[in-house]
Amino acid sequence: MKNKKTSMTLWLLIGTYLMGLVIARQVAWQPGITMGLHWSEFIKGMVKVFPCAFVLIGLFEVWIKRETVERTMGQASGWGGFVWALLLAGTTVGGMFVTFPVAHALHAKRAKLSVIFTYVGAAAICRLPMTLFEAGYLGGRFTLVRFVVSLPLVVLSSILMGGWLERCHYRISEG
Amino acid sequence: MIVVYCLTALALAISVLKSPDKTKLALAIGWSRFSKVAPTFLQIVCLASVVLTFMPNDMIASHLGTQNRWMALVIAAALGSITILPGFIAFPLAGSLLSKGAAYMVLSAFTTTVMMVGILTIPLEKRYFGLKVTLIRNLVGLGIALAVALVTGWIFGELS
Repeated sequence: MKNKKTSMTLWLLIGTYLMGLVIARQVAWQPGITMGLHWSEFIKGMVKVFPCAFVLIGLFEVWIKRETVERTMGQASGWGGFVWALLLAGTTVGGMFVTFPVAHALHAKRAKLSVIFTYVGAAAICRLPMTLFEAGYLGGRFTLVRFVVSLPLVVLSSILMGGWLERCHYRISEG
Repeated sequence: MIVVYCLTALALAISVLKSPDKTKLALAIGWSRFSKVAPTFLQIVCLASVVLTFMPNDMIASHLGTQNRWMALVIAAALGSITILPGFIAFPLAGSLLSKGAAYMVLSAFTTTVMMVGILTIPLEKRYFGLKVTLIRNLVGLGIALAVALVTGWIFGELS
């Protein structure tokens, strides 16, 4: 019941905000117009990604066997699991709005937590299209340094966190 | 992006051929996952649009370009942690800052925190990971970003 109430308030707030944006446009209030532009920019970016992402998540849940995920990314997977996590992260599009649901899907199929956190961390810093973009603006050496330093740290911190949370019987929820 | 659409369409087609029922189930699962995060997603987009409006590019530029590199580094990490800028905004911005003389390590702190640490996305993240793990994950991200920045400063000879 409490959840329903908070989500009602949330929708109300969002509605008020959007109405504010429309009014700002009518009275030509500059900050409001800029806000509206940023808003639609963000929405446009995500609307392009969402259909693919959630269709693929659904297909993954239905078709990929739990044993397959457990073998490649589960408790007994060894270092191979981390390689899969990095490959998956490199090809993920859409940022964290996509990586969190994917993390849950992997968790539900019994991938181990250290691999999942590696995936989430790596998806933030080394998505392939973004990396090419970055190297174009800041130079290959900059990007290379970032990779060489951050990726091992992501894997290491994920192993530490995963080990600790695994002992606490931690669960990733559905969102 | 076109490639992703083609792959999704292909996967969907194969799925329908193999079992229409399972495909229906898959779409239902996808939809339910989406509708669960949609309100939080909208909330974050609203917040982000407000923050971006009051923290425009030239303001970021004036703070990151200061002479005192260590101060700039701290400000860069702080600004980067608040915002989630999409790559197509963050990197061109960083590129123009670079041409205006900003240090590589400052840009590194900024771009890495922009990608790894998101105070604005905590409402979304905590729905999956819980508040405690979310906070730890973001702090770890901040630590990694600072480590990357320092090594970048060292490699590019900016630490003196």
